[in-house]
Amino acid sequence: MINFELDQEQKMLTDAIGRLAQERVRKVFRDADEEGVLPPDVVKAGWEIGVLPTSIPEAYGGFGDYSVMTGALAAEAFAWGDLATTLHVMTPNLVAIPLMLAGTEAQKEAHLPLFCEESLPKVTAALTEPVIQFDPRALKTTAVLENDTYILNGTKSFVPLAEDAETFLIYANENGQTQAFFVPRGADGLEVCAREKLMGVRALPTFQVKLDHVRISTVNKLGGNEGINFGRILNHSRVALGALAVGMAKAAFEYARDYAKERVQFGEPIAHRQSIAFMLAEMAMDIDAARLLVWETAWQLDQGQDATQSAAVMKYYVDDMVMSVCDRALQTLGGYGYIREYPVELWLRNARAFATFDGMAIV
Amino acid sequence: MISFEIPERITNELQMAKMVAESVMRQYSRYYDEHEHERPSEYINMMWPVMREQYRRRTEKLQQNGNGSAPKREGPDFSILRLILMIEMLSWGDAGQYLCTPDPALGGAALEAVGTKEQKIRILGKFGQGEPKWGAMAMTEPGAGSDTSNIRTTAALDPETNEWVLNGEKIFCTNGGLALDESDGFVVVWATVDPSAGRSGMKSFIVEAKTPGVSVTKKEHKLGIRVSDTVAIVFNDARIPYDNILGSPEVIKRDGSTKGFKGAMATFDASRPAVAASAMGICRAALEFTRDKLAEEGIVVDYTKPKHQMTAVERDLLEMEARHKSAWLLTLRSAVLMAHGQPNRLEASMCKARAGETVTWVTQKAVELLGPLGYTREWLTEKWMRDAKINDIYEGTKQINTLIVARSILGYSRRELK
Repeated sequence: MINFELDQEQKMLTDAIGRLAQERVRKVFRDADEEGVLPPDVVKAGWEIGVLPTSIPEAYGGFGDYSVMTGALAAEAFAWGDLATTLHVMTPNLVAIPLMLAGTEAQKEAHLPLFCEESLPKVTAALTEPVIQFDPRALKTTAVLENDTYILNGTKSFVPLAEDAETFLIYANENGQTQAFFVPRGADGLEVCAREKLMGVRALPTFQVKLDHVRISTVNKLGGNEGINFGRILNHSRVALGALAVGMAKAAFEYARDYAKERVQFGEPIAHRQSIAFMLAEMAMDIDAARLLVWETAWQLDQGQDATQSAAVMKYYVDDMVMSVCDRALQTLGGYGYIREYPVELWLRNARAFATFDGMAIV
Repeated sequence: MISFEIPERITNELQMAKMVAESVMRQYSRYYDEHEHERPSEYINMMWPVMREQYRRRTEKLQQNGNGSAPKREGPDFSILRLILMIEMLSWGDAGQYLCTPDPALGGAALEAVGTKEQKIRILGKFGQGEPKWGAMAMTEPGAGSDTSNIRTTAALDPETNEWVLNGEKIFCTNGGLALDESDGFVVVWATVDPSAGRSGMKSFIVEAKTPGVSVTKKEHKLGIRVSDTVAIVFNDARIPYDNILGSPEVIKRDGSTKGFKGAMATFDASRPAVAASAMGICRAALEFTRDKLAEEGIVVDYTKPKHQMTAVERDLLEMEARHKSAWLLTLRSAVLMAHGQPNRLEASMCKARAGETVTWVTQKAVELLGPLGYTREWLTEKWMRDAKINDIYEGTKQINTLIVARSILGYSRRELK
């Protein structure tokens, strides 16, 4: 029955992630953003928490069950630490979750055990394309069937960790439908281009990937002949993105709140003024509301309901929420907010990514 | 375990409430808006047997039960959730008529929060029999709006007759007319027993209909919720029995407790979610109506479409929906916390602040999107916009509730954050 309390397992998981975020991730995330690279030991520690393996059923080598809600809670806790680190550690989810949702039995058996191993699996997914009016339902990258072989053509962007990836899940347009295809690293015509230079999440290496007449077998199509219901995958992705946004917004809010209580001007903390205090109150309300919207969509998906409408409404609210919360957090710090010694400008740069990432198949 | 599942018993009851909303409230919505203060008999007559039966059983239970407080039970108590969902549905029908529901209302909330068993049986018992009755709460005064600690109405004990003698003026009392003039109801009145004692002198008293010295002096003419009366009440040496005080009569000065005042504030933990729920009912009505009318014109939101491909009107609709749902979930949360026996003061203020603001914005947007037709009195959109605004004001303005949220998240006292 209706309740908004985490269960015991969820509490343990989010506590563990919270500790890692506090003790490890927060120690390195600022430098990582400057240097464009995360310390491997932090990534390793993040993977070892085991969020993904605990959502893969035992039959495929995992030790748990897939729960959208638990995934959302984990994502929020992780993103409170740092978004780039979270996206790095969650990159395998881009392949594993669509596989669980839409893979054939043979595909699940072949690939899922890979995600239950000790080190971060070398996989990635490519959905976004370098165009202005990007629409994940009408991709420019094409998949054409010719004599039992698919031929893929197009250009992808924002492909995380592509440099080291051994398997790519490439989304492409097949007769007007968005479908996904496994492409091995060595496939002829697959080219991983230079690393992209982004506004935010700078510690996460992302790449453009070009596909020039890449030929793959029909068995590489996710979901077999039937293919995938992309809308369903999109809804799951939106929950994950929503949860990440809530986690990061919470980080920015807490920083601004604590700063406002410390910073003394005109003889007292600036938080004693309603103009600051009310701004913080609004941020707190925005974050709480956004979290409830994420939870509701997650719950609907876990119930097997069609959550398309909820997911869209939630995404609309959350994209705006994370941007305006981070902006007001920066505003609370005044000039210091603009200085890179403080983390708030980083959160603001990251926040802008959420509206752009719509449809990025991160789960 | 996080869940959004509403108990089936409640969803069934909501279906019945929806029928009342559609077949009675909506039918007379416009009529009572244009005939201010006329009694909405159709709705009242439909609701009274239901309320009467509910309070007959409540009184029966009180008489059987040892201490008069609600029996302790295992697990969550979903009665507050039921109430919130019912209010939302009835306000979807018509917020003004909902306010005229014959029940103890806010007076009942105060009574349930701090009253004795004897008081509850005596007062609530009246709602289990006879003709329709109303309860109300009188707190606001000309000089004490949000600053309820500044109340000037006095209650002095006359030791000879062992009666409290009330003097002063209350304003903006919702249903005060129905409670005192038009039925055998009651009003819970906040007064000070010691004006020098500040908050700790604040006590609440049950004042029953037909008490000599109590007069309803003015019915306000309002922007919206016109069917509901909002009155001024004057107390001129009004004498009430000693036993009509709610809670302890003791005053502990300055450093001591402010229990009486806190009693008033505790009422808000339930009444703010209730107001938020009413706001959300109006909000949903306006949203659904706007969506339906636009759909007739072929404008339908495609939820799979990227935002940048939507028209301005589609985005407006999506934003109305997003704001509505965000405020509604905050409202639901404050009720669910209460159902699970957890504190909800912060959450109650959050939902009230957001619901009032949201319904104000959404209904204004509805009138805008529906163009000239939205502005006519043919449709209810303009009425909903007028009805909506009260939710941004009563049970604490948006600003007061934001102040409460701000103090709470900063861990500040009244002195640190004024």
